[in-house]
Amino acid sequence: MPDDIDEEESGGTRSFWSGTVAFGLLSLPVNLYMASKRNAVSLRMLDSAGTPLSRRYFCSKDDEPLEPDDLVRGYEVSKDTFVEIRDEELEALEPEKSREINLTQFVPLESIDPLYFDKAYFLVPDEGAQKAYRLLAASMANMGRAGIATFVMRDKEYLIAIISEGGILRAETLRFHDEIRSPEDIGLPSPATADKTLVARLKKQVDQLSTKTFSPEELADDTAQRLQELVEKKLDEGEDVVHPANLPTQETAQVIDLMQVLKRSLEGKTERKAESPKSSRAKSTKATKSAPKKSSSEKNKPELDIDQNASRAELYELAKELHIPGRSQMSRDELMRALKRH
Amino acid sequence: MPARAMWKASLTIGSEQIPVKLYAALQDRDVHFRLLHAKDDVPVKQAMVNPETEEVVPKELVKRGVISSDGDVVILEEDELASLQPEPSREIQLMHFLPLGAIDRRFYRRPYYLGPDGSDAKYAALIKVLEESGKEGLAHWVMRNKSYVGALRLHEGYPILIALRSADEVVAISSIRTPKGSEPNEREVAMARQLIQMLAADFTPEQYHDEYRERVEALVEAKAKGGKNKVTHLHKTRKAPPQDLSKLLQASIQEKQHARRH
Repeated sequence: MPDDIDEEESGGTRSFWSGTVAFGLLSLPVNLYMASKRNAVSLRMLDSAGTPLSRRYFCSKDDEPLEPDDLVRGYEVSKDTFVEIRDEELEALEPEKSREINLTQFVPLESIDPLYFDKAYFLVPDEGAQKAYRLLAASMANMGRAGIATFVMRDKEYLIAIISEGGILRAETLRFHDEIRSPEDIGLPSPATADKTLVARLKKQVDQLSTKTFSPEELADDTAQRLQELVEKKLDEGEDVVHPANLPTQETAQVIDLMQVLKRSLEGKTERKAESPKSSRAKSTKATKSAPKKSSSEKNKPELDIDQNASRAELYELAKELHIPGRSQMSRDELMRALKRH
Repeated sequence: MPARAMWKASLTIGSEQIPVKLYAALQDRDVHFRLLHAKDDVPVKQAMVNPETEEVVPKELVKRGVISSDGDVVILEEDELASLQPEPSREIQLMHFLPLGAIDRRFYRRPYYLGPDGSDAKYAALIKVLEESGKEGLAHWVMRNKSYVGALRLHEGYPILIALRSADEVVAISSIRTPKGSEPNEREVAMARQLIQMLAADFTPEQYHDEYRERVEALVEAKAKGGKNKVTHLHKTRKAPPQDLSKLLQASIQEKQHARRH
């Protein structure tokens, strides 16, 4: 679906979930795109020579350096007493993988308190589903209703509201009821009777500050901007700029499509050679190249050249397929390292 | 037990000042784990190492920096980073008041309750004015070295401040092209509306639970007691690919009607 999303304007967001929306007996194949993104420059930890540092774990008893295989997750039962919780145990609790968003209820959009909304994703229809998509979007918008459904993404089940706006359907994940505190939970006092003079005084100030329209420019992240400017200034002047030899640049790093690697590793395990119907999705992602074809003798031992731009979720998926222990506690960088070592 | 305030400030609306306390409106319900050394079940500690030499770099010698898209590392000194931070302040400054709903809800990130801090009279006046004006405020504040812009409005009759995402974090709806293809006909629209009507319900958030979290809690509890845990899976079915829109809508409506009679 690269045709339906403007990569430039949307900041190169890419589809990471594809599945179907079920509306009665209708099913619409869709792709999900992130409706928000993180633009802030991220700070890295370095040594005094500018070498990016890695996080390592050590036993707190004897300072022994630990490998991911030495780690296990623990739940603190009482102070300093833990029970081990294995990755496999948690994975057994994960919801069954599903590629369906089943619209079982349509609620008045206005009745969902804004505090429930968490993250938003755009739904873009596959070729052939456009008419059904337009039909659903138009009907929902016209009736002021949002569809409620659950869906499984990255091994977790989410409650979502499907909202129609501007001819586009979007999924918004909803917080659960017990994640939102009530004024009673906080212990806020019942409001006193307001004093008329105070109200009049305050109202005057509110009126003076009133405007009709909102301009999102007021939501500029000044700190991130100042950081960006400082970095650029230092780059221009060559001040405190180093180029560690071991740091691969994005140009020279070997970039190989993660999904291709994953598929190959699965093929290696099961000897299944059928082409996945979803392979086109992986190919359309930015800055990825297809992995060179491996001869059948190599298939059993897939070589892991990992897409340097792969997200944590993608790396986790791969780590899970390869049964890398301690994976769920690993950061993106740690997953990358563990996969390379594998 | 009343919640603990996370911050105290003065809400400034023009020349008026209202002393308030901030409370987190969201509650983290996730089950948290510690990483242990599997051999002896002792919690691990973390340290930063040079990945080339595996040598530990002591905390006080760790520097911070940014890696540019060209792979250049720009080292930023602590005083430079400190100079980027906003001026500390105890003020929540109201910049504007806007018609309720003027701020796209998609900017909402994280809500905080505002409670009174001393002056109940001023707090009561604030609630009254927000109630009667039909407006929400756009406010700016600096909390723990971080600068925020937020929306001030009422939630269940109490003032809340919702921290907003920055402008470039929210992808514009206009960046997604509306799908092409033929216009649905009247008959299809009527049927789609009928089906939505049949599935109409009120939003009852209490009916939904984070089932994964509940299963994790059950697992942890069972293991803490030394028992075995039962695993329940969710079951999902797949639907056939779409064919004739009208036919499927008609069939869906009939299916619903049939279900109702029984």
